[in-house]
Amino acid sequence: MLLRHTPKEVMERNALTINPAKTCQPIGAMYASLGIHGCLPHSHGSQGCCAYHRSALTRHYKEPVMAGTSSFTEGASVFGGQANLIQAIDTIFSVYDPEVIAVHTTCLSETIGDDIPQIARKAEAEGKIPKGKFIIHANTPSYVGTHVTGFANMTKAMVTYFAESNGKRSEQINIIPGYVEPSDMEEIGRIAGELGIKTVMFPDTSNVLNRPQTGKFEMYPKGGVTVGALKTIGESKATVALGQTASWPAARALDVKCNVHCELLDLPIGLKATDRFIDTLRTIAGVSVPDSINLDRGRLLDIITDMHQYFYQKKVALVGDPDQLVALTEFLVSIDMWPIHIVTGTTGKKFEAKIQELTREIPHPVNVKAGGDMFLFHQWIKNDPVDLMMGNTYVKYISRDEDIPFIRFGFPILDRVGHSYFPTVGYRGGMRLLEKILDTLLDRQDRDSPEESFELVM
Amino acid sequence: MSAQGSVIFKERENQIHRKGDGAFEMDCNRDSLAGAVSQRACVFCGSRVVLYPIADALHLVHGPIGCAAYTWDIRGALSSGPALHRLSFSTDLQEMDIIFGAEEKLYRALIELIDRHNPKAAFVYSTCIVGIIGDDLEAVCRRVAAEKKIPVLPVQSEGIKGNKREGYSAACKAMFRLVGTGDTSDISDLSVNILGDFNLAGELWIIRDYFKKMGVQTVANITGDGRVEDIKRAHGAALNLVQCSGSTIELAKMMKESFGVPFLRVSYFGVEDMAQALYEVAGFFKDKDPEIVERTRELVREELSVLYPELQKYRKDLCGKKAAIYVGGAFKAFSLVKAFRLIGMKVVMVGSQTGTEEDYRDLHEITDEGTIIVDDSNPLELSSFLKEKDCDIFVGGVKERPIAYKLGVGFCDHNHERKQPLEGFVGMLNFAREVHSSVMSPVWRFVPRRKEKA
Repeated sequence: MLLRHTPKEVMERNALTINPAKTCQPIGAMYASLGIHGCLPHSHGSQGCCAYHRSALTRHYKEPVMAGTSSFTEGASVFGGQANLIQAIDTIFSVYDPEVIAVHTTCLSETIGDDIPQIARKAEAEGKIPKGKFIIHANTPSYVGTHVTGFANMTKAMVTYFAESNGKRSEQINIIPGYVEPSDMEEIGRIAGELGIKTVMFPDTSNVLNRPQTGKFEMYPKGGVTVGALKTIGESKATVALGQTASWPAARALDVKCNVHCELLDLPIGLKATDRFIDTLRTIAGVSVPDSINLDRGRLLDIITDMHQYFYQKKVALVGDPDQLVALTEFLVSIDMWPIHIVTGTTGKKFEAKIQELTREIPHPVNVKAGGDMFLFHQWIKNDPVDLMMGNTYVKYISRDEDIPFIRFGFPILDRVGHSYFPTVGYRGGMRLLEKILDTLLDRQDRDSPEESFELVM
Repeated sequence: MSAQGSVIFKERENQIHRKGDGAFEMDCNRDSLAGAVSQRACVFCGSRVVLYPIADALHLVHGPIGCAAYTWDIRGALSSGPALHRLSFSTDLQEMDIIFGAEEKLYRALIELIDRHNPKAAFVYSTCIVGIIGDDLEAVCRRVAAEKKIPVLPVQSEGIKGNKREGYSAACKAMFRLVGTGDTSDISDLSVNILGDFNLAGELWIIRDYFKKMGVQTVANITGDGRVEDIKRAHGAALNLVQCSGSTIELAKMMKESFGVPFLRVSYFGVEDMAQALYEVAGFFKDKDPEIVERTRELVREELSVLYPELQKYRKDLCGKKAAIYVGGAFKAFSLVKAFRLIGMKVVMVGSQTGTEEDYRDLHEITDEGTIIVDDSNPLELSSFLKEKDCDIFVGGVKERPIAYKLGVGFCDHNHERKQPLEGFVGMLNFAREVHSSVMSPVWRFVPRRKEKA
């Protein structure tokens, strides 16, 4: 067994993370940066960081992922990374010619104390930033928070650098989609479009990390929010932030900077959360919900009705990012499933309280941990087995060892396709999730049922 | 495309050579240009890659979570037994650790892990940040080693020290501390250590099997399906065989100096190099066992008699097709050039992340006129070369794959993500099959680039 080294007995650990359910800030910042059109993310640190992030994102999205690096050496770590960054800026603008360079820091550049805005000003003074081009930055030390924090920080930087207050108010609504798949961002945009609302979504990685085969290698794909659009977010009527951890900091910053009213919602995963999302958009924009959306909702509800007996009291273990887990837990509880082990690698007291609240009525002990890891997750499952697990690709080890079916959900997914093309948000995303859940549970039932009770019709 | 209309940085012009364009001259082992989208990695990456396949050792990453997360079981280095190396252990440094130091945390993590898993040894990897905050890894390791009575080895792999090459060196230094501490009494006169093979997709098992048939004992397969006890007694072997010269040549040199174990540089990839490796080993031992040469000949003959007819099937389709190569170490590039030749293909571009001047000079010798030779390249350059040469397949690693696919060019992963053993005689057949599967795929008929030409 691959994970035979995992004992059943849970012990207190405080010096050690085993099989992490998270990774570090910079990769989240890089992912968010890719959601700006014409942007080259830049890693201000040693070469390895950038190579690892690009490899990890490439494995997950199966797309080329471009990013520059300051290529720190020992010299830079002693004398500071200013020279490296200025040279990098010069090189990048003269050869790769992006609209924006989005710089994120690393544990190294944070600790030696590089001041990115000061370095950018120096680069500008030296004429290294062409007219009409931009440098933005986020501080993303790897020893604080997780990849989700990094995403939130870079998204906030988009507000800090681009939002302008010009006294005007437009009818447009900002949507901050959270650390979700490109397919999810696309679906969120589609829903807003169905409602007839003009929106700016940032970041937006659709058509960047799920793009078509064109026979061309494009450094800057078609997708991504444009700088022009980002400059208008300060005059929008409101901001809808999806997910406390990934999206709320940017929404708050925009409220403070440009006085744009903001609403915090859960990610629209499942029936109730999507209802709230659509209702919020409808109310803010003062529009009515079109038949097409009601049709989708009705279909999702129809699947739940038709198949509810198969969800009944099924125990589920979930591991992933906090915003996703909150919405997913609510969805599963609402269809009568029992999420009983819930682990995220990201810390945050509110998370545990929220999950406890959502699972309050489950007549079974529920384990929840913020800042946990997959070792603990596995130990909990050993002590109280489940019918289904949902999490990233690394859950496959547990699935194999414990012979428990598993659905890939979250980041990273290194061994299957689909996640970047088919959403799990909105009513349609809910239908896809249910299809996955039912396929998985019923395949298992088919596999395990004795011949005499092997059923054709289910 | 750049503002100047060229994708090649001025500073990089000397790191690219076209055979036939004047005298061969090349800059390499330079630090990457800041800002370039380099395909290179760091010191930590190099160390982790080399040591990770030692399956019964504990591998603890001392640093923030990322370094451990990105290297968690991503390389298919197979183990025939223990699987402790497939777990990810990290001290997961937090802000307070950075401010106050994390030696005590490291100590506690090591004690907990050693108590729970009873590993044969522990490797502790240093990361960028540890170099900056100045934790004394050496002292913590000494303390734990004394308490727990197992070797606890610091790996000085701070990312900033350079590229992967320095990481290999740090790994070799750590491993060398184990060598010479084990019992060598039952080691045969005809014996080797296998260095620089990572047992990707089980390749090392194929090679071991060849040596077994030749009557040669393998004492330690150091960097693939590795075991601590084997490495401890590796100095008892009569000969070191070094593949992937960049990663383990330093260990071989240290073993030669301290224990007098000679070494041979070999490659197990492709028919020519594989056969040559076996013959060289036979040649080395022929004074001790004159019959080994004949046994080796017989082995090669047998393997080839199976391989060649099979290979012809693929050769027929692949003849005249064009290949581009961009790999981590240059040694692999040599073998690949020869292997492509064997299946009738032309290599039109070849490059590596970490080759030396000597490597590139040798590559220059064996390639055809017009071949592009490149050091430390980047996606823009690579994609422009692929288009210019109208390649049919690109051989590279994880970051290169989607570039090839977007252009409508076939791909073969010759790195961490290979799924078939590509070493040995059977590996050559797998390679031909894999190349065939991608080059001949019907998908390229739908790809815009090819449709235009049709």
